[in-house]
Amino acid sequence: MTTITNKSMLDNIVSTGKKSTREGYGAGLYELGKQNPKVVALCADLIGSLKIQEFIKEFPERFFQVGVAEANMMGIAAGLATAGKIPYTGTFANFSTGRVYDQIRQSIAYSHKNVKVCASHAGLSLGEDGATHQILEDIGLMKMLPGFTVINPCDYNQTKAATIAIAEHYGPVYLRFGRPGWPVFTPENQKFEIGKAVMLNEGTDVSIFATGHLVWNAVEAARELAKQNISCELVNIHTIKPLDEEAVLESVRKTKCVVTAEEHQIHGGLGDSIAQLLARKMPSPIEYVAVNDTFGESGTPMQLLNKYGLGASDIVQAVHNVLKRK
Amino acid sequence: MADIQKLQQIASQVRRDIIRQTHYATCGHPGASLGCADFLTALYFDVMEHNPSFKMDGKEEDVFYLSNGHISPLWYSVLARSGYFDVSELATFRKLNSRLQGHPATHEGLPGVRVASGSLGQGLSVAIGHALAKKLDGDDRLVYVLTGDGELQEGQNWEAMMFAAHHKVDNIIATVDWNGQQIDGPNDEVISLGDLPAKWASFGWEVIQMNGNDMQEVLNTLYKAKEMTGNGKPVVILMKTEMGFGVDFMMGTHKWHGVAPNAEQAEIALSQLEETLGDYIYSE
Repeated sequence: MTTITNKSMLDNIVSTGKKSTREGYGAGLYELGKQNPKVVALCADLIGSLKIQEFIKEFPERFFQVGVAEANMMGIAAGLATAGKIPYTGTFANFSTGRVYDQIRQSIAYSHKNVKVCASHAGLSLGEDGATHQILEDIGLMKMLPGFTVINPCDYNQTKAATIAIAEHYGPVYLRFGRPGWPVFTPENQKFEIGKAVMLNEGTDVSIFATGHLVWNAVEAARELAKQNISCELVNIHTIKPLDEEAVLESVRKTKCVVTAEEHQIHGGLGDSIAQLLARKMPSPIEYVAVNDTFGESGTPMQLLNKYGLGASDIVQAVHNVLKRK
Repeated sequence: MADIQKLQQIASQVRRDIIRQTHYATCGHPGASLGCADFLTALYFDVMEHNPSFKMDGKEEDVFYLSNGHISPLWYSVLARSGYFDVSELATFRKLNSRLQGHPATHEGLPGVRVASGSLGQGLSVAIGHALAKKLDGDDRLVYVLTGDGELQEGQNWEAMMFAAHHKVDNIIATVDWNGQQIDGPNDEVISLGDLPAKWASFGWEVIQMNGNDMQEVLNTLYKAKEMTGNGKPVVILMKTEMGFGVDFMMGTHKWHGVAPNAEQAEIALSQLEETLGDYIYSE
């Protein structure tokens, strides 16, 4: 596990402002385009939403507009990868996964293609477009595919770093990010290591494992809990698969109880992965902060996160609940 | 251009391999495999410039994708007979621990296969992707892809067709096995394909038609198609074939789409197909 703060910890986690994780993707792709000529980008009529204009402007010959045809995009990416390119597909998370699951399963996962499925607007924080677009099942879908790596970075800087890092990993990757402006609090130009959890705060009473946007909510929750003299160990699990099992076990060995937090269904997400690990290796009380088997709706990102139980206060409550079961 | 008689002899052996593979596996798809045997033989033994010491990226060579993966016994035979792997391996078709899966896959590392297929409608997109990469690399070799006709009921094909025309992917030759049959019966009864040549043409493709069971016509048409590449439009060959071609009782019906011949049927079928290159050895 990488530790990026010392024990003075939570106070050192500071937001430098808000930027969306999708902007991190666009910035990362542009940097990567300069570094690696094998990288090509595809998009299904959502260039502006994916923030990839800079890449397209600089490398027009390495960009393919596929139109509103995601199934075809996945197949074309598989063909490009077969010939040695490193394709990055871009559309909303819903259309990157559930809509094209069989194309990804057969032409990419089963065929071991080096395709990076890059998915914006994941989760409830897509906001006003409503449940048709707010996929909350994608982590589960993608982690079930043998050989797929599943990554859900927490802010702009980490998304940018992850976008660049996954080109060095041979194999299919699902990179999940979001739409709203979100606090930027991880280091600029950080080294992103696939499968390595990041320790944000060392603590002794409870382990909070969070992923994606909810890492920030977990930071706020840990601050509130510190005021209540509850010591939270806070770990950013940016890679859901492969899970950093060692980091999880090391933390739970110390704290003896767990809260997971994710912008995803309770079924199939990070919480499931951690529960499965603990059931096998270290049975421990666990509480889940996740969407409880329901679809979303229209609203602002913050309204939705609060209504569906994904706010900082929900994490605080989950910690209280799990501590009672210790 | 090759000796027609020699190609016909190879195709006869390939058809024997199809009958024997499906018979020994007691399952598989002999119908369209037999129908496309002349086409794939012509492609691998004459038209394509390819290297049996297989490289996945297919750089500087012609590459072939099979979208209708269920006709795997045909492809496996052609790959083995052209040196991608030993013909003895055909005896493992559809058996446990085999590289010759029911539908083609890369997972077990079978030389010649570049993507899994079987779930229909995906191969055209993959082939187009490979063709784009060849253009990026300045590689002037071609990409070939075969699809079924029933398979065209999958919408992804039409997405791919639009894309290829729009992006002027003119280094691809698609072929449709237009045998008019699918599992539940004739295309026209299941879901009619309508005016197929007009549909492809209206999607921006150069359209050629041929009889896929006449070796001379197959060769002539494939060379004509090659000449038509590089002119800003993708090329498709609508290939009329007879399902089960070469075995009299398998022709004129969709019944043999996915049914293997039993011992007696296999014997009759093999009696109609000359052994020209030597059968592979099969033992339980």
